[in-house]
Formats: sequence, structure tokens, C-alpha cells
Amino acid sequence: MINVIPPAAIFIVGAIFVPLIRGRVKSAYMLVLPLLAFATLVKMPEGKYWIVRILDYDLIFGRVDSLSMVFGYIFTFISFLGLLFALKVRDDLQHVSALMYAGAALGVTFSGDFFSLYIFWELLAISSTFLILARRTTASQLAAFRYILVHVFGGLCLLAGIIVYIHDSGTTEFSYIGLGGTASWLIFIGIALNAAIPPLHAWLQDAYPEATVTGAVFMCALTTKSAVYLMARTFPGTELLIWLGAIMTVVPLLYGMLENDVRRVLAYIIINQVGFMMVGIGIGTQLAINGAVSHAFCDILYVGLLFMAAGSVLHMTGKIRCTDLGGLYKTMPLTCLFCMIGAASISGFPLFNDFISKSMIVSAAAHEKLSVIWLILQFASAGVFLHAGIKVPFLTFFGKDSGIRAKDPPLNMLFAMGGAAFLCIVTGLFPGALYDILPYPVDFVPYTVPHVVNELQLLMFGGLAFLLLIRTGYYPAQVRAINLDTDWFYRKGARHFYYVVDKVLNGVNALADRAIAQGIPVWVGRFSRRPLTSLVSLYMKTIGKDRVAIEEFEQETSPEATSLMAMGVPVFVSLVFMFLLFVVFAFLG
Amino acid sequence: MKRELKLFDKPENVKRLLGFFSAFLIVLLIVDFFVHKHADFPWEDAPGFFAAYGFGSCVVLVFIAKAWRIFIKRDEDYYD
Repeated sequence: MINVIPPAAIFIVGAIFVPLIRGRVKSAYMLVLPLLAFATLVKMPEGKYWIVRILDYDLIFGRVDSLSMVFGYIFTFISFLGLLFALKVRDDLQHVSALMYAGAALGVTFSGDFFSLYIFWELLAISSTFLILARRTTASQLAAFRYILVHVFGGLCLLAGIIVYIHDSGTTEFSYIGLGGTASWLIFIGIALNAAIPPLHAWLQDAYPEATVTGAVFMCALTTKSAVYLMARTFPGTELLIWLGAIMTVVPLLYGMLENDVRRVLAYIIINQVGFMMVGIGIGTQLAINGAVSHAFCDILYVGLLFMAAGSVLHMTGKIRCTDLGGLYKTMPLTCLFCMIGAASISGFPLFNDFISKSMIVSAAAHEKLSVIWLILQFASAGVFLHAGIKVPFLTFFGKDSGIRAKDPPLNMLFAMGGAAFLCIVTGLFPGALYDILPYPVDFVPYTVPHVVNELQLLMFGGLAFLLLIRTGYYPAQVRAINLDTDWFYRKGARHFYYVVDKVLNGVNALADRAIAQGIPVWVGRFSRRPLTSLVSLYMKTIGKDRVAIEEFEQETSPEATSLMAMGVPVFVSLVFMFLLFVVFAFLG
Repeated sequence: MKRELKLFDKPENVKRLLGFFSAFLIVLLIVDFFVHKHADFPWEDAPGFFAAYGFGSCVVLVFIAKAWRIFIKRDEDYYD
């Protein structure tokens, strides 16, 4: 019998009490919550439990197997590090929403039916919105508004899919779905939006750079990766995902290279990394799924670390644009070191964790003889190093001296970064511990001589290219600018759409108003009162003497008033009308 | 006054770093000839394939990005 409460509940219920506690007790309390959740996770046996029956449907809050457990562990780890990083923030709104957000991510991970999944899915969107709003700038309010609208759209797609699915299958439980009918496509779109699959990806790079320093750490870890979990659960082996994933690995690199805001560069890298996971899920073999899952695990650690480092820079200097930064290694050596570890990890250097996870996906592509995909993935690996591995640390901490002399951030932030950096290296050095908790048994050895040599060649010669390009001035200059992405369609395109629709539909409306509401009834009214005057003035108008005519036929000089009109005229008009009706019915009817 | 690191303010340190880097690149190319590869694709066997591919990828990426910028670059207040 399981007598522990679900880890999601620990975070969500625990969040409610945060505003009631003060000082050091609050700090301790917040750090204890993820530890409690971790202790619960360790004790959770595999199976389905925490089932609540509501209205003839079973809500399953505990679907525990090896796939959900990996994500459960990593979400708990990053929540602990994120809370440690945010410990000194004096803003309960951020703490409460971060805890709710972490709880929602765990809820998504362990829910075994669509109803509870949907509740947590929406909580995920709502709680994270507050992490953007909490920045309290105009830009962040607008970004948060767009963020929630986009996610409500995704949520509604998912909900529509769920309803059709339940109607078709008669059950709320789900596991493998696979692309087939309407229901599966709607569910797929809903998950794809959260996984930032193009063209539904623009919310990520729009919103994350506007989030608070500490909120962004949670955001970069939870939303996309819970979608990766769900995709691995419901759509493994979907070929479409291989190609979408391949596009995701390459296109964001172009934007990452041109982008000036460091956190936006990192946001594009998240999309790129999720692309690798999507390729893995799309391939769908045991090796590929293991690769995707372990890559999600490692990605959360180093992307979290990079967002913490970038957040520290923003926190200490108030600046985050490449054009404003440079030379910070002089006074922020520890932040610089942690950022370099994150950069080395994300680039896939041997001894760091990405090396042991991404290579599983690349190998899986090779085993399936997907040569084009393999080439794209290698291309993207070199590209990631170019801008996440080199650009971010180089332009922030080295490069030209910006003259900023900010210190390293407070201890709690350094410890959080240190913890993430430590985990990046430990999982890189000893991949066995991670391999043991993956969904399928692992028969993969990352550290072989050819693999190490190949990877180092790929990266170091990519580095050489960077060096030559930046020295010769070919590397794109960092400029303060906006780079258009698909969010254009709802930020600018929607405005154009509104303008066009406004002009066209309101134009038709005005025309109809003038003709049907004002013109025709008035004319018909006048005609029925004074038919001869109307006909004569119409005739006068057509020959161009209207002014004279109308004045002459006004008042008592009009034909009707001077009894010039014979009694027979109305009778004649009626007869003509009835004859026309007869013609219409007899020949056209 | 807080202590400042000035590691890369000295040109000789930068030169030394570049020296190590170049040496490492050469070692990587030489080692390649002695490594027996279990290649999945025929081109992996070509010595220096990964070096050339890594270098080429980055150059191609930079030039595509520069071209792409022509179409997508707007002023910072474009959306305001």
C-alpha cells in the first residue's frame, strides 16, 4: 500500500503556504519541498495508483514506469536548483508560481489519464505566465499576454483532441496514440506547441527572455521537456517527427547567430536541443528513445545552468545584450567558469553530459541508415558549438572589454550554478547512473577512441572556423535589432489582418447600410407616394437636368397635386405589376 | 578595489592560448590516421572527414545566417 502523497501535490499544496512564512524558515521550507518530493519519488513503485473516481471517469495521478520516473527525477533536481537560485528573491508571486509550475510538470509526467493530464497541462501554462508577469515591465506584460494566448490555443487543441479521442475509444486512459485520425492530430498539435515545434515555436523565444531572472530557469526546463515526455509517451516512431526535429536543429541556429539578447540566443538553443529529442522520438528504436530521454535529462541541466549564468549577468549588470557586454571574466570569474562548463556541456565535448546523450540519437540515426538526418544532426552539433559554446561565453565574458565591473552574484546563486555544473560533469564522466534509469536497457558505449576523436575534430575545427571568421570580419556583427520569426504572424500579421478585415467587411457594411437601409426604402417610399414625380425626376436626372426638374415638381406643382394624374394611372400601374408577376411565375417558376 | 583578472589583457597569453589550440588541431588530424573506425557510413572513413565537416558546417552556417539577416532584420522598435 502506498501511503505517500503524489510529488505534484507536495509542490502545489506546499506553494500555498509560502506567503505565510518569513525569513530563513521560508528559505529552508522552499528547499525542503523538492527534497520531500525526491524522497517520495525514490519510494514510488512502478504501476498505476492514486486513482480517484469522478463522474464515472478514473483520474490516475500515479502512472509510474521507467519513462515517467526519469522525468520525475530531473524535474525535481532542477526545481531544487532553481529554488536555490531564487532563494534571495523577495517576491512571493515568483516563488508560489515557480512551485506550482514544478508541481504541474510533475503532474503531467505522472498522470495516466487525459483529464488529469489536461488539468496539469493548463496549470503549467498559467503558473509559468506569472513568472513572466513578475518581471513587471511593459515588455514582459505584453510578452506574457501573447504567451498565455498561444498556450490557451495549444491547450484547446489538446482538449478538442482529448474529447474526440474519448468519444472514439471510450476511455480516458492513454499511452501510445500514433498519428491517425482527427483526435490524434489535434493532440499532436497541442503537444507540438509546447515542444516548440516549428511553426508553433515562436512563443518560446518571445517569452523566455522577458521572464524574471530566476523564472527563466524553471521555464527553460519544464514546459518543453514535459512536452518531450508526452511526445515520447504518445507518438514514438512517428516519421514526421524526424523531419520536424531535423528542421528544429538547424533553423534556430541561424537566429541564434544573429540574435543580440543572450537569453534569446539560449531560447533558440532550447528549440535546437529539443529538435534532437524529436528526431530520437521520431526514429523510435530503443536506442533512439533512450537517447531522447537521456538528452532531455542532460539538456535540463546545462540549459538551466546557462540560463542561470545569463540570469546572473542580467542580475548583476542589468544588461543582457551582447552589444552591451564583454570582458566580464575579470570580475565575475566563477560565473564565467560555470557558463563555460554549461557551454562545453551543450556543445557535446567529451567528459561533459551532452556527449553521452546526443550521441545516442546520432548513433540511432546511423543504425537506421538515415544518412541525410545523420548529416543534419552533425551539422547542427557543430553549429551549436559555434553559437552556444563559443558566442555566448565569448561575447559576454571575453571579447571587447565593456568596462562593466560587476561582481559574481550572491552565494546561493553560485551554489545553484555550481550544483548544475557538478551534475553536468558527473553525468558526463559516469553515464552509467543515468543509463540505468532509462526506459530501455542500454547497450551503448560513448567513450570509444573513434567517437572521441571524431567529436573533437568536429568541434575544434568548428572553433577554428569561428576564430577565422570573427578575425576576418565575416562573422555576423552583433547589432541591436529584431529578427522576424513566426510570431510575426500574430504580432504584426494579425494587425494587418485586422486592418484588411476592418476595411473590407466594414466597407461592405457601410455600402449595404447606404443602399438597403437608406437609399432603396427612401426611394420606394417616395415612389409609392408620388409615382409620377419620381419617374419624371428620374428621367430628368438621367438626361442631366435634375436641378431644374426637382424644383419645378416640388410642392403644389407636382403632377399628383395638380390632379393631372388620371384615376386610371394607379390601376394601370397595378395591372402592369400583376402582369409582371404572372410572367415571372409562369415562365421562370 | 576588487581584484581583477587580467589574463587575456596580455598579448603573450592570447598567443600562448592560440598556440595550444593550433597544436591540438594538428594532433587531432594526425591521430585520425591511426584510429580504426567502425563507420556506419562510407564517408566517415575518410581521414579528417569530421574536421572538414565541422569547419565547413560553421562557415556555411555563418554565410546562410548573413543572407537570412537581409530578409528578417528589423528595427528594435518594430513591434512597438
